[in-house]
Amino acid sequence: MTDQDITFTIDGVAITAKPGQTIMEAADDAGVYIPRLCDHEGLRHQGGCRVCTVKANGRSVAACTQPAAPGQTVENETPHINKLRRDLVEMLFHEGNHLCPICEASGNCELQAMAYRLEMGEPTKFPYLEPSRALDASHHDIALDTNRCISCGRCIRASKDVDGKGVFGYVGRGIHRRVAVNGEDLAHTDADASDHAMSDEVCPVGCIIRKRVGFATPIGEREFDKGLIGYEIEGKRRG
Amino acid sequence: MATNTPDEQMTGPAVSVPSIPVEEIVSICQTYGNDRHRMLDILRDVQDRFRWISPKVMETVASQTCLSRIEVEGVASFYSFLSQTPKGRVTIRLCDDIIDRFAGLAAIAEAFEEELGIKVGETSPDESFSLEYTPCIGMCDQAPAAMVNDVVVTKLTPDLARQWAQSLKAGKSPEEIVSDRFADLSPHARATAQVDNNIRHAGAVLLGPVPDDAGLKTALGLTPVQIMDMIEASGLRGCGGAGFTTGRKWKFAAAEKAEKHFVLCNADEGEPGTFKDRVLLTERPHLLVEGMTIAARAVGAREGIIYLRGEYVYLRDLIEEVLADRRARGLLGEAILGVEGFDFDLRVQMGAGAYICGEEGALISSCEGLPGEPKTRPPFPVNRGYLGYPTVVNNVETFCHAARILDRGAQWFFDMGEEGSHGTKLFSVSGDCLNPGLYEFPYGLTINELLEMVGGEDAAAVQVGGPSGTMIARDSFHRRLTFDDLATGGAIIVFSGERNVLEIVEYYMSFFVHESCGYCTPCRVGNVFLQKAIGKFRKGLANPEDIDYLKDLSGTIIETSRCGLGMTSPNPILTTLKNFPLVYSAMVKPSKDGIRATFDIQSAIDGARHLAKRRSYIYDEDFSK
Ligand SMILES: Cc1cc2nc3c(=O)[nH]c(=O)nc-3n(C[C@H](O)[C@H](O)[C@H](O)COP(=O)(O)O)c2cc1C
Ligand code: SF4
Ligand code: SF4
Ligand code: SF4
Ligand code: FES
Ligand code: FES
Repeated sequence: MTDQDITFTIDGVAITAKPGQTIMEAADDAGVYIPRLCDHEGLRHQGGCRVCTVKANGRSVAACTQPAAPGQTVENETPHINKLRRDLVEMLFHEGNHLCPICEASGNCELQAMAYRLEMGEPTKFPYLEPSRALDASHHDIALDTNRCISCGRCIRASKDVDGKGVFGYVGRGIHRRVAVNGEDLAHTDADASDHAMSDEVCPVGCIIRKRVGFATPIGEREFDKGLIGYEIEGKRRG
Repeated sequence: MATNTPDEQMTGPAVSVPSIPVEEIVSICQTYGNDRHRMLDILRDVQDRFRWISPKVMETVASQTCLSRIEVEGVASFYSFLSQTPKGRVTIRLCDDIIDRFAGLAAIAEAFEEELGIKVGETSPDESFSLEYTPCIGMCDQAPAAMVNDVVVTKLTPDLARQWAQSLKAGKSPEEIVSDRFADLSPHARATAQVDNNIRHAGAVLLGPVPDDAGLKTALGLTPVQIMDMIEASGLRGCGGAGFTTGRKWKFAAAEKAEKHFVLCNADEGEPGTFKDRVLLTERPHLLVEGMTIAARAVGAREGIIYLRGEYVYLRDLIEEVLADRRARGLLGEAILGVEGFDFDLRVQMGAGAYICGEEGALISSCEGLPGEPKTRPPFPVNRGYLGYPTVVNNVETFCHAARILDRGAQWFFDMGEEGSHGTKLFSVSGDCLNPGLYEFPYGLTINELLEMVGGEDAAAVQVGGPSGTMIARDSFHRRLTFDDLATGGAIIVFSGERNVLEIVEYYMSFFVHESCGYCTPCRVGNVFLQKAIGKFRKGLANPEDIDYLKDLSGTIIETSRCGLGMTSPNPILTTLKNFPLVYSAMVKPSKDGIRATFDIQSAIDGARHLAKRRSYIYDEDFSK
């Protein structure tokens, strides 16, 4: 702790933040997990999914973009906030086409894992939008199935900022906004299976699929068979 | 790359499309210095000249501006006035706001469809015409209204629509139809030949007599701090909707140490039912620029932008003429009025059909050549705005007030209106009333008083502040137009008892769905769900629980949205649930047998019927009979 460090609380737990850190960054360091989907380590913050909504001094803010402020009281795991988050996760399910039992990403999928964590148990009340989105299997090593896309933009930022390529981008507006590729199809871009953007960890769901390596991890050993999403961060605190 | 190859597009329609020479695209890009921040200008010019933005164009533009094609496509696909398929030589955009619907839009659309031989949403096969719907174009006091390319037509009737269509088919340009002498008219005369001002009541500040540049001359004798103190002391608050104290906003920007500062004017005026800035831009353009120049002196800005909504393109020449005139008279440019070191100039940035660009962060994104997405806050524009520099964004009316305050003094302004709501306000009144138009009054007027003046005594509902505002019923007409009671950016829409409140609400939700930028989940997806739920009420398929569902979902959208659009988009529903509860309860039926009224067994099994290629023994009538 230095003179400039900021202290505040999340659900009553004292947190220390370095100047310039967001609420979420400080929470991560302290072993307090704040749910998230569009934010990802090593990528710019986007603040789009809103699953990280917390109340800072009573006002709702996105923890991934909101700077930590001295003395503020942050609420994270309250029934009300988790209900808001559950609504958002349900919206993402209903916006796309998700069939977990036959999905490659099942067990490693952050959306599915978030639904478990937030106890999205009952049938939802929202209508299904059932969009019709074509599968892009043009590329030799990678397939892109945006039926499951949650518009988190992680692939866009990873390709642009980490790979220095810009394979992906958003097009359209509103409910028609979607992820598209920089060319006629994926084969006409400079996408490569070794790109960070194509790695397991970037797409939180199962849109970016490496061909010929499907269903590689046996059930029981998949990422979220090990624990609820956030277990690694929370593990830090339990020590 | 500057070869004369025609555009070989691979994905366009089968009809012949105008070839787009690469060199022309290169030259458009060069006009804007190949600057990616001028992307919206580049794409607007391409759209105007070639009527679409082809994949090949996007590649050329990308390589000229050092961007990727997908980044260009991101911009091209965001704005309603840019198209990725070829549009007709004339595009007719009918305002399909609820006001226009109530004013007879259907018959007008039909007249155009018949005459042009195309449906709304189509382009004629020979590419003469495109016919479209568009949200409010700011002509609500003279609805039904339409844009025909860059020209505005108001007070449409089916006959007038036919006349326009026939003249266009005969080869006349929209400008020629407005006036045979169009080219000879002054920009102001051209604007007023298309659109009436409908100034119904001039107040003391804006619409009454205004001396030339008196405020600017006062400002020259004051220090920046004195100017800002004066604006703060006047009690002036932003007129664009949010009502932030203008003097404080300027002080925040001035306090930020930076190489440059910017002053931006928000002339996006997209909130349905609002048209006050249209009239100020037409009748008080010098006052606006004067106000911006004063702001520039206060915060130390040398550059400014007027962000003019695409729908107001008919006012562009008028504004450009004003800027040229002021430059010629030493009121813009270097050493303004001879004061060494006082330099300020500005440009007009045209929008291209996106309500969200009125949100200040989205407006800045748009000026930077990006899709009109709001920015993450903090940082706020006053700290890091346009191109990362401290930026003041104010509404047209706010700048005009500021100029008047400098002339007449803070106390003069402060003494008008009420505690917390000082000075006068422009109200754009439309809908079911005898005298729609613009009214300037001190804050504090009651709705009843206003209705009496506008000839709207039969009102059953008044929408204050447009869709994102509040819909009130008769029992609230004693309420006052102030920031603390009924706040409004200016829109007052009057509805008589014959209007169906749910139809209005359903339209407003479709507006928000159309205008959401899509950046964040709750607004992008949640508003679609709200719109669908209101549709259920309209069809009489709602259950009593659906009222709680509306409230609950609205709450989530408001609490989790990223910008003001999502934070206010459920207002049409929430304010009518509160003020017109019977409208909803009359439409709900308790469910029979626990089955939701929306559940339709026939459509539910339809998919299976097609797959199995046979009918159902239980549910298909001819089998069960
Ligand atoms: C969705 C949305 C649309 C807006 N549209 C406008 C607009 O058309 N004109 C405007 O002046 N302000 C608009 N605003 C408010 C601006 O964000 C900003 O507060 C305003 O331009 C500041 O100027 P003022 O302080 O002079 O009002 C809008 C805000 C939101 C959230
Ligand atoms: S992407 Fe995730 S949530 Fe969607 S179907 Fe696959 S496992 Fe389920
Ligand atoms: S493809 Fe995957 S990583 Fe990219 S935006 Fe969609 S969900 Fe996110
Ligand atoms: S609230 Fe709506 S308009 Fe605002 S950022 Fe989110 S999606 Fe875009
Ligand atoms: S994680 Fe913060 S908005 Fe998505
Ligand atoms: S112009 Fe049609 S409602 Fe405003």
